[in-house]
Amino acid sequence: MNEMHIIVLIKEVPDMNKVKFDAERGVIDRSSAPGEINPFDLNALETALQIKEKLGGKITVISMGPPQAERSLRDALARGADRAILLTDKRMAGADTLATSYTLASAVKKVGNFDLIICGEKTVDGDTGQVGPEVAELLKIPHVSYVSEIREVSRDRLIVVSELGDAYLIELKLPGLITVTKDINEPRLPTFKDKMRARKAVIDKWTAEDLSDVADINKFGFSGSPTMVVKVIIPQERVKSCQIFKGENAVKDLVDIFEKKGVLK
Amino acid sequence: MKNESEYSGILIFAEQQEGKIHPISFELLGKGRELADRLGEELSAVLLGHNMKDVAKELIYHGADKVYLFDHPSLRDFDIVLYKENIVDLVKEIKPKFFLVGATHLGRSLAPRVAAALETGLTADCIDLQLDEKGDLIQIRPAFTGNILAHIKTRTRPVMTTIRYKIFEKMKPDTSRKGEIIERKVKLIENTGTRVLRKERERTVNISDAEIIVSGGRGLKKPEDFKLLRELAELLGGVVGSSRPLVDQGWISKDHQVGFSGNTVKPKLYIACGISGSPQHLAGMRDSKIIVAINIDPSAPIFRVADYGIVGDLYEIVPQLIKEIKKRKFGDD
Ligand SMILES: Cc1cc2nc3c(=O)[nH]c(=O)nc-3n(C[C@H](O)[C@H](O)[C@H](O)COP(=O)(O)OP(=O)(O)OC[C@H]3O[C@@H](n4cnc5c(N)ncnc54)[C@H](O)[C@@H]3O)c2cc1C
Repeated sequence: MNEMHIIVLIKEVPDMNKVKFDAERGVIDRSSAPGEINPFDLNALETALQIKEKLGGKITVISMGPPQAERSLRDALARGADRAILLTDKRMAGADTLATSYTLASAVKKVGNFDLIICGEKTVDGDTGQVGPEVAELLKIPHVSYVSEIREVSRDRLIVVSELGDAYLIELKLPGLITVTKDINEPRLPTFKDKMRARKAVIDKWTAEDLSDVADINKFGFSGSPTMVVKVIIPQERVKSCQIFKGENAVKDLVDIFEKKGVLK
Repeated sequence: MKNESEYSGILIFAEQQEGKIHPISFELLGKGRELADRLGEELSAVLLGHNMKDVAKELIYHGADKVYLFDHPSLRDFDIVLYKENIVDLVKEIKPKFFLVGATHLGRSLAPRVAAALETGLTADCIDLQLDEKGDLIQIRPAFTGNILAHIKTRTRPVMTTIRYKIFEKMKPDTSRKGEIIERKVKLIENTGTRVLRKERERTVNISDAEIIVSGGRGLKKPEDFKLLRELAELLGGVVGSSRPLVDQGWISKDHQVGFSGNTVKPKLYIACGISGSPQHLAGMRDSKIIVAINIDPSAPIFRVADYGIVGDLYEIVPQLIKEIKKRKFGDD
């Protein structure tokens, strides 16, 4: 049998604590903060690294994004991924979750021969959590979302804990896909040596054309996206301001409010 | 993309776990009823499970005109692939205009598979739905950690969306409402690739249903000090919540975490003790009816979303609060 092959899908996102919002144009001003790997995807990569340590094999990371997303792929290589592929093309821009999933699934098909795909539970900028399950559907493989623990892993199946309100123990046959929560592990940091090595590594760059043998490239990007943002609203800061209670009677005043609002029963 | 006019009516996914309908499904029916009436179209629900006939009636009492019931032992536990197969066949046949799913973890795992199979658009975690002048659906969702609201339209049918819990009102159940329960033949699949082995753990608290939450953040000095907050919470008939750092440190279980990577809550009263009010925390609780902040730092961002605040040490304020509330409730001093 050939070796285990894990694919991790990652997205470069802005650091959400620093990034500014361009209110006029209604978009995130990506130049206002450096890009980094989506924090949840670091947990996905760490999950892959731990499985590889157990069973051997190799890890491919795939990302779709602008050319500068290359630095996130270098980060992934520094952390231990074996191969990195960047899907980058103007025709992929403006993609919603369906077009993104279609593009990523096409790239997975082109890479071929995988056992397991791992995604983060969602991204900090898009916050949908839809891409993992959509990719699984497009590839016709089973998936389990919100995985917080891997109990058993072998070449042909996983046993995982999935957080669905209550937690369930679920068996997943491979090839399959999981999305992982932040609780599954503590992502490792790359060493200086790893970073230096990754700086020199080769990153495969694929354009829409490169995927045309496995995909209909009209389904990429904006033209392949059924949803569109028609308006963006910045909610009014609440007009009522916070009433601060001070001094000796502060606590009494607050409990008065509780009584008035009927929360003391 | 098919002819739009072929599509009519609204379908909602009725989520059940262990034979009980999740309350979000009733909320979807409440909103769905309102939209359907304005469009002059039908409201249906799709329910999958085992021995669900009586339960299906509840959906009618809450506003459904039709319930498409898939009843089979193999549907008792959720199996996303099996659920998806049956739902996709139904949607292709009845062609609803809009398909609403609750944004529970189960809904957010199932809906994308259905949407991808139908090659239609899906909008995540909406907090409002409106109709435009042409009867098209405007889906409103928070983005950018809740700092903006995006209005989204979908150009494929059905328009699919997942809806956040506790946003819409459910109808008062009316047992005299009439509707049709349509039993569907269940499509079975030999091996779907996943199998629920068992329930591993019940959640320790259902914080998204709580009416009163007393939350602690890094203003707490040690894990035992949650006791103080728990006492206040219990006195008020509520539960304890937490910011993420304390969950990460293992002081309290993840079920208690409020925020972007935890639970979204919408209680009547949210008391934040020693919580700074980061965007990620606010994303999970800013819609609470009354927000009270107790924080030593008057410039903490939590005061910007709070209705009431006390600037001070939680270790002094919370015990005083407990004492005062006890006094008023039980008259002891
Ligand atoms: C991807 C991502 C997801 C995240 N998800 C979440 C999430 O779901 N939920 C969440 O909460 N955070 C989340 N965070 C973390 C978030 O950014 C903040 O770090 C976190 O919310 C801060 O928690 P805190 O307010 O308890 O701590 P701090 O920010 O350290 O605030 C502590 C506060 O306590 C006050 N204080 C100190 N001592 C006292 C005292 N004796 N009495 C009264 N007040 C006192 C201080 O003045 C301060 O305001 C996430 C971050 C990322 C990057």
